[in-house]
Amino acid sequence: MAELIAKSPCEGLVPATIGGMSLTEEHPGAMWAVAPFKGQQDKLSKALEAAHGMAFPAPNRATGKAGSRAVWFGRDMALLMGPAPDAKLAKHAALTDQSDAWAVVKLEGKGAEEVLARLVPVDLRNQTFKRGHTVRAELKHMMASVTRTGPQAFQIMVFRSMAKTLVHDLKTAMEAVAARG
Amino acid sequence: MRLPGKGLNQGAKPITFGFNGRHMMGLEGDTLASALLANDVHLMGRSFKYHRPRGVLTAGSEEPNALVTVGTGGEQDPNIRATQQELFEGLEARSQNCWPSVERDVMAVNDLAAPFFGAGFYYKTFMWPAAFWEKVYEPMIRNAAGLGALSGEADRDTYEKAFAFCDVLVIGSGPAGLMAALTAGRAGADVILAEEDSRMGGRLLAEREEIGGKPGHEWAAEVLAELEAMDNVRLMTRTAITGAYDQGTYGALERVSHHLPRRHSLKGSHLPRECFWRIAAKHAVLAAGAIERPVAFRNNDRPGIMMAGAVRAYLNRWGVAPGERVTLFANNDQAHRTARDLHEAGVHIAAVIDSRHDAPVDGPYQVIKGAQVCGSAGRQRIESITVRSVKGEEKIQTDCLAMSGGWNPSVHLTCHLNSRPQWNREALAFVPTEGAVPGMVTAGACNGTFSTAGALREGAEAAGKVLEALGLKSAAADLPDAEDDPYRIAALWAVPGKGRAWLDFQNDVTVKDVKQAAVENFRSVEHMKRYTTQGMATDQGKNSNVAALAVLADATGRTIPETGTTTFRPPFVPVSLGAMGAGATDEGFKPQRFLTSHGESDNRGAHQLEVGLWYRAAYFPKPGETNWRQSCDREVTLVRKAVGICDVSTLGKIDIQGADAGKFLDFLYTNTFSTLKVGKVRYGLMLREDGFVMDDGTTARLGENHYVMTTTTAAAGQVMAHMEFVSQALYPEWDVRFTSVTEQWAQFAVAGPKSQELLNGLLDEEVNGETWPFMGCGEATVLGVKGRLFRISFSGEHAYEVAVPARYGEALFRELLKRAEAMGGGAYGMEALNVLRIEKGLITHAEINGTVTAFDLGLQGMMSKKKAFLGQAMSTREGLMAEDRMRMVGLKPVGAAKEITAGAHLFTPGDPVERIYDQGYVTSAGYSPTLGHPIGLAFLKEGPDRIGETVRLVDHMRGVDTLCEVVSPVFFDPEGGRARG
Repeated sequence: MAELIAKSPCEGLVPATIGGMSLTEEHPGAMWAVAPFKGQQDKLSKALEAAHGMAFPAPNRATGKAGSRAVWFGRDMALLMGPAPDAKLAKHAALTDQSDAWAVVKLEGKGAEEVLARLVPVDLRNQTFKRGHTVRAELKHMMASVTRTGPQAFQIMVFRSMAKTLVHDLKTAMEAVAARG
Repeated sequence: MRLPGKGLNQGAKPITFGFNGRHMMGLEGDTLASALLANDVHLMGRSFKYHRPRGVLTAGSEEPNALVTVGTGGEQDPNIRATQQELFEGLEARSQNCWPSVERDVMAVNDLAAPFFGAGFYYKTFMWPAAFWEKVYEPMIRNAAGLGALSGEADRDTYEKAFAFCDVLVIGSGPAGLMAALTAGRAGADVILAEEDSRMGGRLLAEREEIGGKPGHEWAAEVLAELEAMDNVRLMTRTAITGAYDQGTYGALERVSHHLPRRHSLKGSHLPRECFWRIAAKHAVLAAGAIERPVAFRNNDRPGIMMAGAVRAYLNRWGVAPGERVTLFANNDQAHRTARDLHEAGVHIAAVIDSRHDAPVDGPYQVIKGAQVCGSAGRQRIESITVRSVKGEEKIQTDCLAMSGGWNPSVHLTCHLNSRPQWNREALAFVPTEGAVPGMVTAGACNGTFSTAGALREGAEAAGKVLEALGLKSAAADLPDAEDDPYRIAALWAVPGKGRAWLDFQNDVTVKDVKQAAVENFRSVEHMKRYTTQGMATDQGKNSNVAALAVLADATGRTIPETGTTTFRPPFVPVSLGAMGAGATDEGFKPQRFLTSHGESDNRGAHQLEVGLWYRAAYFPKPGETNWRQSCDREVTLVRKAVGICDVSTLGKIDIQGADAGKFLDFLYTNTFSTLKVGKVRYGLMLREDGFVMDDGTTARLGENHYVMTTTTAAAGQVMAHMEFVSQALYPEWDVRFTSVTEQWAQFAVAGPKSQELLNGLLDEEVNGETWPFMGCGEATVLGVKGRLFRISFSGEHAYEVAVPARYGEALFRELLKRAEAMGGGAYGMEALNVLRIEKGLITHAEINGTVTAFDLGLQGMMSKKKAFLGQAMSTREGLMAEDRMRMVGLKPVGAAKEITAGAHLFTPGDPVERIYDQGYVTSAGYSPTLGHPIGLAFLKEGPDRIGETVRLVDHMRGVDTLCEVVSPVFFDPEGGRARG
């Protein structure tokens, strides 16, 4: 019997290494939008804590750790990245599978902040945008999710269909930053 | 002439450069202007209107005369100020607005005709005949007058845009700016210090004076070293702040590689030519300094006549004396430093002419008090000046006249949010209005404080204010000793006399022009400006505005404050369009959205179509097909006869959950969804608030409180925003959550009589009329992958849409095509999809064009009367249901020319083809291989009542004029048996 072969959003587009910075694709596992129903925020947070070990994130924050993270994803919404959501969460929140909807890349290295300063109109410097901080903002012309995952590392997400443009825009900015030396 | 042992770039590396084809030597650290002066080249360009020979006037970004072009072809950069272009090995620059050469310029004949070219000349002369303006006069004038030109080729350089953030943006790095940055930096604030020059220090690099017992430039270097060592301070040289905008946002232009050989910035080399910054600053300290103003006297525009402060800059910073017999003409004490510095450097001072009777005498050279320079002579370089005093007129030989009419504070940025500066009678200058830009404080010369000690003090004070607002402690300012001379000045704007005295060098506006404007009653400064074009060149009147309005004030018998001033708008310096549009060329123009099937479609030679940001296959040509119509006809036929596969993932998909989801949908759609059974799909119509149709699509009920809505590709974002509006603004109390799942699912239409057969080898579940009845939906397992199946049809055939997580999209597309092809079917693209739906009279956004109502579409029956829905009230307005509205019908050709074109207009046969007889228009058209003739959808007045009538179709664009019969919009299978069966 024929089998359907899976393809990741950035296949063939990355990895790239430019000026000491690397751009790689992340494979975070399952990704589910978790949106609390009316008045269920606290109960959801407790259920999330019990099931997956992290609280529901405040705006512009990510909770959990690599491999199991809840990233604030807009008004009253988080993206659970890693585990598929425990069935108990469904009582408190709308759960929507988004595992295939987003291209996820990691930009890492000295100069990563400078690269994003060319694309994202938000202050992403370490003193204001610390590890565990996240933002939904424009990346060039695309709506993106940007999360700091390390001193010089960011997780960047855009719609899956825009993966090629994401890689193009990031590589262009990486080259410009590298050219400045 | 370069003076040995002078200047700050002594011992610098020699550099070869070219100007108008002549090769010369300069030093590293030179600007093109200082290097040319070092080579005794004063003539650098020709003026805008009269093509008069012009030399460099200033040493900064305000330069009006010395504009040059650098590079050729796609690299050509016009209007580069020689005062800002840094020298590099191999730099080739040339003069503008002259032919055949800057020395012998044919158009200089304009200067002889100057009496005819005064203010308003064009307005008065080129009035008649009116049609000549655009075709004859304007091109002629543009050709004769002007600045540098573009090459007409595509720009080969790269540019970039960037964002920066700080607590304090300090604008300018003279004594005030350095002191402000130092104070703020030491207190721990997050500081950006921006300087448009290539080197920080401002006037401290141009003057000979001491700060804290050491030369000013050394003090500046020490401060800069301290700032550089601070992590919280960012120094940005070659960065001009171009504009102040709302909420502390500033625009800035960084010249990244203008100072490097061209290879660095060409495409492929990655270093941008310029970077346009947007800086968000909590506070700003404006320490932009001041710009020295010329004095208007007869022929004050000859090469060799320069600003006194610029002469000092060339001497003290670059070790260049702009002349051997220098004269000075001034109305203030500070300008006398020029004579002092030159004399001490061994340059002969022929005379100092001061308009004041109490002018100081501070050197062993002739000082003529109470006198004025009333003329100059010389051809391409000044040779002599005429001095008028109580003793009469006297001619003095000179090869360089340094002039100073005082200083204009650089208040530009304080005006960008619509504040106007205030007149200060003591300083004879406009100074900033306090609080003009929220969060900005001003310090130093731009504030009208002209002494170095004053600048240092105000810089520290400004930083103190900002630190207090930031809640940071500042150490008591440790102010070093510095020059603190009073600014003694007496008004002197224009020297009376005959002849032309220049005010605006860049736009060739004279005192006479301004007076003429006043005579012709253009007495408002705004009118004078537009009538004479004063201040409207690329320097935006930096050198001329204040003097021009002083002349206007005099001519109209008013004071300067009464006359008022024009304001300044961004940008402070010209910004190239390349920098403004940085990154938005080629692939950076807009995001590209690709379907999971894109690569496989490409493999099959599909012609891709841009649909918004998406790329979709238009048709899949087979060998032997030379025309898209052949492919399209074949694809339509394979859907009608066998089975076709089409990627429909671009349609918006919105997942909706919550206890109030049904209620929410009932309000969004005109028809009811709360009554839809789980496992069923319903077609819905959505209105805008104004009652017109916004979008249509199907919504499936997957669970008790779980729906998935489908929107059109075009309106996916709009519908999402519409839903957010309803949820956030109209019914925030409803318990409903929704999110886009467009990207999560790869969804394919499987359409045609053999569709069921195809799916029945692919799905784990048995597909038949009972498990998946028409308009049924549910989960399905596709080759072991959990997906969804919808029995819906946009083609009128027995059809399904099968969805799998996007990672399997490409694989499923291949598998579907393999199976379809084995059954005599295959892929179909947008062209065939369009024909199939026109055959069925199904609408897209070609029909939902923003002006149509449900009634126009014949869908008034879908507007429920049992419940409220968005747009309901407005849709019942009189006129939106009127019988004579243009309403949807089908068209088929009758006349000899069997052609229907979208966009064509319809007329009653016999009526004239004129707008007022317009009966309607065609929205969609195509050739139906099923019916064997063209078909179209159209909106026609009283359309459904005219079925059977003949209308005349006229398309002026494509030259079509034919007759059509009005028919029902459903051309094929009107009973719908094929889709249901």
